[in-house]
Amino acid sequence: MTTDPSAHGRPITGPGAFGDDAQHFWRLVWTLATTSFKLRFFGSALGYLWQLMRPLMLFAVMYVIFTVILGVGDGEPLYGVALLLGIVFFQFFTDSVGVAVRSIIAREALIRKVDFPRLAVPLACVLQALFNLGLNLIVVLLFLIANGGHLMLSWIQFPLILLMLICFSSGLAMILSAMYVRFRDVQPIWEVITQALFYGTPILYTISMVVDKAGLPTARILLMNPVASAIQQARHAMIDHSYVAVGNVYGTLAGDLIPIGISVATLIIGLLYFRAAAPHMAERL
Amino acid sequence: MSEPNSSSAAVVVEGLSKSFDRPEHQVSTLKEQVLQPFRPRRSRHLRALQDVSLSVGRGEFLGIVGRNGSGKSTLLKCLAGIYRADQGKIWINGSVSTFIELGVGFNPELAALDNVMINAAMLGLSRREAKQRFDAVIDFAELEDFTDLKIKNYSSGMRVRLAFSVMIQLDADVLLIDEVLAVGDAAFQQKCFDEFEQTKQKNKTVLLVTHNMGAVDRFCDRAVLLERGRIAAIGEPEAVAQRYVDLNFSPAARTAAAKAESAVNLAPDADDILSGDGRAVIEEAWFEDSDGKRLTTLTSGADVAFSARIRFVEAVRNPIFSVTLSSSARIPLFSASSEWSKQPSGQFAAGEELVWKVDFKNALGPDRYGVTPAVTLRDGATLAARERISSVVVTRTNPGPLVDIPFTQQLLRSTPTDANQG
Repeated sequence: MTTDPSAHGRPITGPGAFGDDAQHFWRLVWTLATTSFKLRFFGSALGYLWQLMRPLMLFAVMYVIFTVILGVGDGEPLYGVALLLGIVFFQFFTDSVGVAVRSIIAREALIRKVDFPRLAVPLACVLQALFNLGLNLIVVLLFLIANGGHLMLSWIQFPLILLMLICFSSGLAMILSAMYVRFRDVQPIWEVITQALFYGTPILYTISMVVDKAGLPTARILLMNPVASAIQQARHAMIDHSYVAVGNVYGTLAGDLIPIGISVATLIIGLLYFRAAAPHMAERL
Repeated sequence: MSEPNSSSAAVVVEGLSKSFDRPEHQVSTLKEQVLQPFRPRRSRHLRALQDVSLSVGRGEFLGIVGRNGSGKSTLLKCLAGIYRADQGKIWINGSVSTFIELGVGFNPELAALDNVMINAAMLGLSRREAKQRFDAVIDFAELEDFTDLKIKNYSSGMRVRLAFSVMIQLDADVLLIDEVLAVGDAAFQQKCFDEFEQTKQKNKTVLLVTHNMGAVDRFCDRAVLLERGRIAAIGEPEAVAQRYVDLNFSPAARTAAAKAESAVNLAPDADDILSGDGRAVIEEAWFEDSDGKRLTTLTSGADVAFSARIRFVEAVRNPIFSVTLSSSARIPLFSASSEWSKQPSGQFAAGEELVWKVDFKNALGPDRYGVTPAVTLRDGATLAARERISSVVVTRTNPGPLVDIPFTQQLLRSTPTDANQG
């Protein structure tokens, strides 16, 4: 029997990471993200307030300890805003990656029953975290204005900084969510790493303190972490130029390419790894 | 898009194989992987589908039947694109709607509307199409009063109704349906049946996995019987349903037959413990039917015979021959012995051989029975015994108790009425 494929219609090749229709894919990501975003907010009457309370509470505690008691931010302009910005950025990172790790398992019912582009699941987590970040950034902005910050031309850097952070988070979300299907200790391991990263990222302190106390090489190593350089560069571009730019720490503008390169590499590795794992996720749950 | 010729199939499957590697430890960890990177990970290779080929015509209603684990659901999941096939090809002509494992993948925390929207997004519908669909879905599922309720608060019947409704309202060309008839109340089942009639009229292609042979008979144009991942039968629904019933109720018969191929008279799971003082030897033992044909499986209610070939090493006077059949739980259920016959068996010379034969009507129910023949003397000495020399399987078309004693029955009512006169 000879088979002319076209006579049989469309070949069924099993699930993949992306699907074959980009519009369909993004609509799915959007729907998954908005429904769980709604779920989080409307689950309790004060949903949004609670969502806002988390970074604000952490901010309040840190602010009191570090500026009032330890005097860390002394001499730094708008240190409070810089601290809040750091917390909000880091929260985006943990929100997106931390939730994405378990996302494939959490959506088990869907994965086992419907053929849809699997990548939509971790990406929806990143998108949902992005919604949160958007709301939190409004608060940061109000804070900035209230503390005497002003509009600067360098604000146009912000979308690029955000894009780098999204690339890095998405890449990690893909790698870890696909890994978690096979290795269930990925999640606790990731939690520990997150904790370490929180202190390894210039959130509470600034990179100039690192340069002063631990030297330039340490500062350069810390800024290789895209989350760290996103926070540092955002402080420089959004709050005050006295926060040293990432490029200046490396001594050359090309230094910016290190965290950007790491973000892009993470994204590419994530896409490749997730694409390889996607067809077999349903049977490994 | 070119319209294929009218005779073209809606679903074509060619040489489809799918196997799973099930790790022995359900959860593997990264730690394990890092600490012992070269240790081979033990896993069980499970062949769910082996070289399955079939073609389903447009508008055909195909039933897929088979015992649990025969590969039905795997086949459907491969067709639905949820599993990627290891080998083989699948083509589907037209849009597909699936109903797998009693659902379409609801999020229990969300209300019906959100779930229907997610489902629509997954199938590639636009928001407007999805919204339009929602009313029809709720209407069909008869859940108008529960649209704001979270799915987790639905009863299982309501959940299935919603899922089935989502699937059927998609108006796809090919429907892949797994076990919808197993749940839901009678009204819902009737609704499913009505919907099946409708799909037939609309010339849709349906692949229905079910254990409900009535439905297979009623709706299917053709049926496929899967057994251990292969197509065991395909064709007329009635014939396939019958094969399924046969297969379902004599699994032991098949295993016994398979074993009989390797060891003719001695089933491998028999213990065959030899005892006795050696004055006699039980050479072999077997069952046979009334025509003298040797049997490895017995049917309940049939006339059968047990025979043992015995050789005497020394001269023996009045030996007693006996055999005991005990159930798989090692409970003796039937014994036959020459001890209770009025005539003593007589004098046997050294080297003499004989066959002791017991005819009986098999009143045993389905099970595997261990067979223990023995030659003893009245004073209690054992000349030869072979405990569980062999085992025999008893089958019956329906499962039932361990003994099948022939009986008659009548109704004796205290106040005679016209009804029991006849």
